[in-house]
Amino acid sequence: MTKQIIVPFGPQHPVLPEPIHLDLVLEDERVVDVIPSIGYIHRGFEKLVEKREYTEYVYIAERTCGICSFIHGATYCQGIEQIMNIDVPERAQYLRVIWSEYSRLHSHLLWLGLFADSFGFENLFMNAWRIRERILDVMEQTTGGRVIQGSCKIGGVRRDIANEKLDEMRRDLDTTEREIRDLTTVFLQDNSIKHRLRNVGRLSKEDAYHLGASGPTARGSGVAIDLRKTGYGAYGKLNFQLVTDSCGDCYGRCAVRAQELFTSIDLIRQAIQKIPDGPIDIKVSGAPNGEFFTRAEQPRGELVHYLKGNGTKFLVRSRIRTPTLTNIPPLVRMLQGCELADVPVIVLSIDPCISCTER
Amino acid sequence: MTSEIPETVPVETGNLIGKVEEFRDGGYRLVQINCSKIGDVYEINYSFDKDYRFRNLRITVTADTEIPSISGMYWGAFIYENEMHDLFGIRVRGMNIDFKGHLFTTAVKFPFSIAPSTLTKDEKP
Repeated sequence: MTKQIIVPFGPQHPVLPEPIHLDLVLEDERVVDVIPSIGYIHRGFEKLVEKREYTEYVYIAERTCGICSFIHGATYCQGIEQIMNIDVPERAQYLRVIWSEYSRLHSHLLWLGLFADSFGFENLFMNAWRIRERILDVMEQTTGGRVIQGSCKIGGVRRDIANEKLDEMRRDLDTTEREIRDLTTVFLQDNSIKHRLRNVGRLSKEDAYHLGASGPTARGSGVAIDLRKTGYGAYGKLNFQLVTDSCGDCYGRCAVRAQELFTSIDLIRQAIQKIPDGPIDIKVSGAPNGEFFTRAEQPRGELVHYLKGNGTKFLVRSRIRTPTLTNIPPLVRMLQGCELADVPVIVLSIDPCISCTER
Repeated sequence: MTSEIPETVPVETGNLIGKVEEFRDGGYRLVQINCSKIGDVYEINYSFDKDYRFRNLRITVTADTEIPSISGMYWGAFIYENEMHDLFGIRVRGMNIDFKGHLFTTAVKFPFSIAPSTLTKDEKP
């Protein structure tokens, strides 16, 4: 019997922007089992709900993540609005979709850059992040913040985007789309990248479904789940095709994210075309009394906010289930049987956001 | 707003495994398990989804109740069950991967728990 050794991977590692620890059980160079550990940066955000009024907690919810912060804020607001039976003005719903899709563009481009860096393609990394800057510029111009937008509130949004600016954004998307097409062509067609990613970190469709995989991790294994299809916000009025890939390997997950960039661009164009004039918020009074599970599609997958109020200004419970938390069990399955040298690429292929996960 | 209306069904702790088996056999995926402190009891919600139909099972337990693990049916449940233990101090029997309180290391042990005195000697904060 081959001798087994345990190699610790993380919490500090060159490919990890945030801390996760894996105990890799090896036989020679092959990983036979994995024990994951998190908990290095648990921040206790959920506890803060007991000390912040429900209207203020939007800011806390947004700070759950530094990448998809807007979607956290919007999802939290959505849950409170559902409990309080608040009808959000249509224009605000479209604005939420526009900012959510810009967040997705920003997140996927960030990930493509980090992924390129993980397999040593520095130039591709720089190109992905150069395009990402264009997205962040638009976020800053329209909300005032590059990373934390602070533009969502219970009952609508805090800022409007002038119709002239929306036209300008639509024109800019043509340039952005052209640049993204050049970038993704390299990711999807380059032989050295294919060679590095094909058949690495395989996750079958059945495993992806039963282990709770979410977002591009699930869709990269052929599981067609995307919460935007439930039609929350203004998504129900927009058309888009679900992107899936049946490979189930690192290449499949990369291909899904690359193609989803174009879906997001298309959704933004549709939203700009259809957005009606009108108010962007309504006055909210009272306090939430009841509970609701609200779900949304983040760049990394399905986000669940559970909110429970008792009629006071302080919620009884806010529970945030982030996509990375549910993608950890599938990650363990992907790593079983892989080569030690492939571990960094496989870990990055789920786009782990540990700060999100730790809340 | 979300267009889906979540369904929540209360069940007895003793019937939990049987109900979860029904969901597994019905092709549902596990979305999450979450726990809330409500007065002197805990509400635990097990959420499942199939074709965007979102359904929940809810058990209500006291602090000294040991609940059965569903990781035998949903392998990935260990992450939520360890979280429940580490943040609320709830004891879960039969987890496939038991971190024994070391998944989430918080400055205050079991920060959401209601009755630390009911925990075992090793688990007391």
